[in-house]
Amino acid sequence: MTDRRSFLAMTGGLILAAAAPRKSVAAGPKVLRVVPQSDLKILDPIWTTAIITRNHGYAIYDTLFGVDGQGQVKPQMVSEYSQSDDGKVWIFTLRKGLKFHDGAPVTSADVIQSLKRWGARDNLGQRLLAATASLDAKSDDTFILTLKQRFGLVLEALSKPASVPPFIMPKRVAGTSPDQQITSQIGSGPFVFKTDEYRPGERVVYVKNTDYVPRNEPTSGTAGGKVVNVDRMEWIILTDGQTQTNAIINGEVDLIEWVPADQYVALRNNPKITFVDLVPKGSFALHLNHLYPPFNNPKIAQAAYMAISQDALMKAQMVHPDLYNTNASLYPTGTVYHSEKTSYYTGKPQFARARALLKEAGYNNEPVVLMYPASFAILNKFPPVMAALLKQAGFNVDMQSMDWPTLVARRALKTPPAQGGWGAFITGWNIPDNINPLFYAPLTGNGENGWFGWPTDAKLEALKDEFLLATTNEQRKSLADQIQERNYDAAIVAPIGEYKTITAARKDVITGTVSSPVCVYWGIQKG
Amino acid sequence: MAIFLVRRLIATIPVLLVVAVIIFLMTRLAPGDPAAAIVGNDASAAALEAVRAQLGLKDPLLLQFGRWLLGVLHGDLGQSFFMKQPVSKLIGQRIEPTIALSTLTIIVTILLAVPLGVLAAWRHGGWLDRGLMTFSALGFSVPVFVTGYVLIWIFALRLQLLPVQGYNRIADGVLPWLRNLILPATTLSIVYLALIARVTRASVAEALTEDFIRTARAKGISELRVLIHHALRNAAIPIVTVIGIGIALLIGGVVITESVFAIPGLGSLTVDAVLSRDFPLIQGITLLFAAIYVGINLLVDLSYLLLDPRIRQ
Repeated sequence: MTDRRSFLAMTGGLILAAAAPRKSVAAGPKVLRVVPQSDLKILDPIWTTAIITRNHGYAIYDTLFGVDGQGQVKPQMVSEYSQSDDGKVWIFTLRKGLKFHDGAPVTSADVIQSLKRWGARDNLGQRLLAATASLDAKSDDTFILTLKQRFGLVLEALSKPASVPPFIMPKRVAGTSPDQQITSQIGSGPFVFKTDEYRPGERVVYVKNTDYVPRNEPTSGTAGGKVVNVDRMEWIILTDGQTQTNAIINGEVDLIEWVPADQYVALRNNPKITFVDLVPKGSFALHLNHLYPPFNNPKIAQAAYMAISQDALMKAQMVHPDLYNTNASLYPTGTVYHSEKTSYYTGKPQFARARALLKEAGYNNEPVVLMYPASFAILNKFPPVMAALLKQAGFNVDMQSMDWPTLVARRALKTPPAQGGWGAFITGWNIPDNINPLFYAPLTGNGENGWFGWPTDAKLEALKDEFLLATTNEQRKSLADQIQERNYDAAIVAPIGEYKTITAARKDVITGTVSSPVCVYWGIQKG
Repeated sequence: MAIFLVRRLIATIPVLLVVAVIIFLMTRLAPGDPAAAIVGNDASAAALEAVRAQLGLKDPLLLQFGRWLLGVLHGDLGQSFFMKQPVSKLIGQRIEPTIALSTLTIIVTILLAVPLGVLAAWRHGGWLDRGLMTFSALGFSVPVFVTGYVLIWIFALRLQLLPVQGYNRIADGVLPWLRNLILPATTLSIVYLALIARVTRASVAEALTEDFIRTARAKGISELRVLIHHALRNAAIPIVTVIGIGIALLIGGVVITESVFAIPGLGSLTVDAVLSRDFPLIQGITLLFAAIYVGINLLVDLSYLLLDPRIRQ
């Protein structure tokens, strides 16, 4: 009997001990526990344009220039720079005391090799390298960029926050072929990556780089003083929205980087949670295949744009009006090139006008193969609404269901829609992607060498070339307006609205998040 | 016995080979392009082609298959397309949570289900029997994720007793390890308890109607001994079989539970690999699952030999 009692007491004690609530560790290291927007699988931010890899890049690498909260380019690793009167020779000097995580100093040789690798992958980097006559080290901390011709966006390229930022790596790492992923994670940024604790699908760990010397200016975007206020940052991979919500309410994580739309109301009403500004918003766009009927005829493509009801589409996808806004401009609301000059495009349905245009263009009832990523929660409410709108405008719509990887593979096919190709699809973009017409990947007019949909429009390409050479803000603004209007005339990209990203944080533990064109973790205070 | 074992082991080779061919063809014939997922939304068609070539996806299918099979025969499951790490290492990182969850679930289930099934058969038609049957019906009909979220709501969010998500390695301590596994193991146990208890009840109830039970009782043997030694032993083969099937199903069934409780196990790794079309990872995990199925079947067959002397002859 005594034995049985002992056994029961021991078992009960074990269960109670296991079930006892976790106490916070007093006076331990400050650990920021974050649910990132997706899993970090690829660690080379030059090799992929995945947003999560870029965010990882900003944690461990630094850039020569940054972009502040107002979109202005500011020196970051660079202490001073100058350009010749003809704009062809640029001299840059690095800040004193820059060190990689292995203790080695950052030198001009590291910078030059890093820029070469970046320039082989990034669209704007390719243009800059093509315009470059030479890129040489003058000394360990000074390098010279000599251009064959004036290039109006040197600083914009060197501070480019997306899709592939020019991160500075050690020369030996940056010497990796641009087509191969790097295997080292040594940077000179404010966080150090813990390779030994990296478990894709589970956890990514960073610790504060105690050797990092922030700039003296206040933090602003990817510019200014990158001050890290925590000892350790853990990215905890939670893919299920409900689990994310439960975990933050229960205090198991401090911050959800990007709250799923269906969890928004639950978190908004929770007194323990506050919403902070951390992740920039983005937009969605309709993309058409210009190689085949019906959209090889710009008038018919324009008719499709006239069918768009941004309000109906965004309401279906984003559910709550707090999470979206309409915007007919190609450029994000509140940014430098945002413009009301949108030609015929209003983002509101103009069915009568669309039907008239279809008649005038001789639309022959060719089916519009609309790709529908049925299980992809971020986009799967759009296609059924889009199909209904197109039908109302007079289109014959063939909506085909598939998963997202299939859609991504199929959009690369140049075969006719009836032979496995496609006619239209919708996808999303981050603010840094379309803040500048030269950054925006689908805004191409160079036919089959361009982005999926392959529109051919020499006028658009000429305007982009002019934009590249423009030297004043006024010239650029005027050209951005013209590019936008040309985009609608040639019916290349149709914006269908902007989504707002909501970051949830534990009210009692998080302060000091930094508003930036990309998601960054310096500045945050815990406790 | 040894000859039987050797024969069965040899017989697994063609089974695994066929499975390997099927897995390979299924990954390659299914639509979706890993290269497109790797390079991102704004990659050009030329970049896609370059990555495809780099991953070896432009090679003839037979060459790709031969390369993979040769690697497998040398113990190399290949490298993940995305993570650029060996598949065996990724599986190694994720196997502990899945094995821990499955093992704890099956132990709890057997410890509860078999006695409950025996008691229900013994008190056939009584309140325990009726209660168990009702519980079985509920256990089968309520989806795992519903049970999981209800348990989370009660024990984590309301009572603040257990964590919502995550997994602690056993090397970090038994109590933290157990703490994270209580809710997911309970969630899964409810389903398997329903299955195994029901089969135990039916099997023991049938054994209790046999002549040898009547004889045993007539000889004055205690009721406990009749139940355990005579009825349960003779009803063991279907019970062992369903436990074997249960374990095999469990390995697949942990996927949803791992997702609900954010346990970084093989289930979530599989889903992730499929969604991103990470072919080497899909192939490696599926081959491992197939080997586990084959191994469990082998163990079940061996248990028949131990339980029933007639089979040995």
